[in-house]
Amino acid sequence: MQHVSPVREPLVTGGKTYHDVTQDVCRQVEAAPNVRWMAALAVALFFLGVFFYSVYRTLWYGIGEWGLNKTVGWAWDITNFVWWVGIGHAGTLISAVLLLFRQKWRTSINRAAEAMTIFAVICAAMFPVLHMGRPWLAYWVFPLQNTFGSLWVNFNSPLLWDVFAISTYFTVSLVFWYTGLVPDFATIRDRAKGPIAKVAYSLLSMGWKGSAKHWSRYETVSLILAGVSTPLVLSVHTIVSMDFATSVVPGWHTTIFPPYFVAGAIFSGFAMVLTLMLITRVVFKLEDYITLEHIALMNKIMMVTGSIVGVAYITEFFIAWYSGVEFEQYAFINRATGPYWWAYWSMMTCNVISPQLVWFRRIRYSIPATFVLSIIVNIGMWFERFVIIVTSLHRDYLPSSWAMFSPSIIDIGIYVGTLGLFFTLFLLFAKFFPVINMAEVKSVLKYTVDNGPTYTGHDPHHTTPQTATHGVPASAPVNYDKHD
Amino acid sequence: MTKRFALGIFEDEDVLLHAVENVREAGVKIYEVFTPFPIHGMDDALGIERSRLPIAAFFYGVIGLSFALWLQIYTLGFDWPMIIGGKPHIALPAFIPVSFELTVFFCCHGMVITFYTISKLYPRWKTPVLDVRSTDDKFVVAIELNEKTDLNHLTQLLRANGASEVNEKEMTKF
Repeated sequence: MQHVSPVREPLVTGGKTYHDVTQDVCRQVEAAPNVRWMAALAVALFFLGVFFYSVYRTLWYGIGEWGLNKTVGWAWDITNFVWWVGIGHAGTLISAVLLLFRQKWRTSINRAAEAMTIFAVICAAMFPVLHMGRPWLAYWVFPLQNTFGSLWVNFNSPLLWDVFAISTYFTVSLVFWYTGLVPDFATIRDRAKGPIAKVAYSLLSMGWKGSAKHWSRYETVSLILAGVSTPLVLSVHTIVSMDFATSVVPGWHTTIFPPYFVAGAIFSGFAMVLTLMLITRVVFKLEDYITLEHIALMNKIMMVTGSIVGVAYITEFFIAWYSGVEFEQYAFINRATGPYWWAYWSMMTCNVISPQLVWFRRIRYSIPATFVLSIIVNIGMWFERFVIIVTSLHRDYLPSSWAMFSPSIIDIGIYVGTLGLFFTLFLLFAKFFPVINMAEVKSVLKYTVDNGPTYTGHDPHHTTPQTATHGVPASAPVNYDKHD
Repeated sequence: MTKRFALGIFEDEDVLLHAVENVREAGVKIYEVFTPFPIHGMDDALGIERSRLPIAAFFYGVIGLSFALWLQIYTLGFDWPMIIGGKPHIALPAFIPVSFELTVFFCCHGMVITFYTISKLYPRWKTPVLDVRSTDDKFVVAIELNEKTDLNHLTQLLRANGASEVNEKEMTKF
């Protein structure tokens, strides 16, 4: 049993009962899709179409459809890959790291944030797979016997580490998310009226009945998955950063990359969570669950990680000068003043200056300001990856190979297309799956709501059973001091 | 086989927790408790043993780590040794990332598969439940009935411990 200070802000407002939670969350699953949702889905499907067209062009005509050249052999594809993977990290951070730190406020946002993780990783995976040129041979990245060639894969290569990191991350996030969904599917199943919904949610809920034994195991599994996902999420972006850091390209070959990338990932991820949550809470009328307090807390995390990123930018610059390496110094001078200066300064403005605005309470608690900030941060983090990748590659050691990069229409199409893919998946999730973890919200409801669902007051032990429930006889011989 | 159950319906998890303890103290065997969310202290109240899943998870992790090390050392060290960047064939520091990822992979998936298997959770066309409200807002204590059970006495016991309703239910397949 736990005690929560009465001065703490409630996690769920509006004096909800357990049944209210079920109603509020199941409402949009059970209701017919509304016009706003269908309009949003239509837009997302249009961009999904753009994605398929661009992929078709890439596969039919080859990688030449992209704006890459001999000098800049990696540009938008890897930029988008890192951007999407980074976005995904916030979901794992919320579901795993905040679980370990016993941050109860995560309960109402973890479901949607984990869904975001999974969809973001799907989008991310598109880029390396498409860049292979022959994606139907993608299984060559796995360590298969040499009937497929004459050699094994090279376990010394960071790109291969990426294969293992991303596939582990994706599958582990998926089972973590799904296991959390099972009890909520059972709730929807038991409320379902239509025959199709009954069967569909029965299949999805795996026969969950909510027995005490199962809950006990479920909690153990969640805790261990959280414990293992925490180092996993750190390892994934560390390995992504090693794609660059283990090479000898000026601007990439630095030891600061792993922590710098992880902080940037969480920073951009929280920005995306905020963008999505601000829309979801309004569209599905979940303002009592995703409160201003949640928004302010996420803003704070965004500010902390944004500041780490800012320090990393300055450190990089300092070390380039301090190292005395001419090429390293030129890479950074070129970033700030070279032909891509606009990308560098967009990155600096969006990522270093804008999160500092969150120090102001008025901005932290303002929905329009947070929404704008979250979009700016996402743009800034995209530019960060672009700056790191393209400005380092386009002018390295040999001036005769220097070149410029500009994206082709297909590059743009694939990027915008993955946004369509992401939002299509997210909208389908939001319609057919419970967007809030009902079971977890119910489990924290009593200790955090200003007016508990059945009892009044914060401490259940000192309340008499008469006030508790209907149907309890006044003389009930219940020993209420036993558990203190 | 048809089973008969007495279902004590509770409205509050703390009332439930004490009721479970008192009912068990009174010598009544509880078949199962169904709740909409996990309740802390329920394991002790029902006498459920601590799950051994963490131990299983650890060993799955050990298997994953051993597999990863074997795979990398065998392929790059023995089956087809290659000189890469002048490094030794068995360059352990370079093997750390894949070893870590496979440890996590085996640990998580092994544990989750074990969890679903031992809990007999798998997709079903139909899921019979004793009380549909137990996944919404009610806490249900199920007690299996036989010919000898005194239902009146049981009802009184459950009501005295705070049950808002006591129902009887028959299930053919459960």
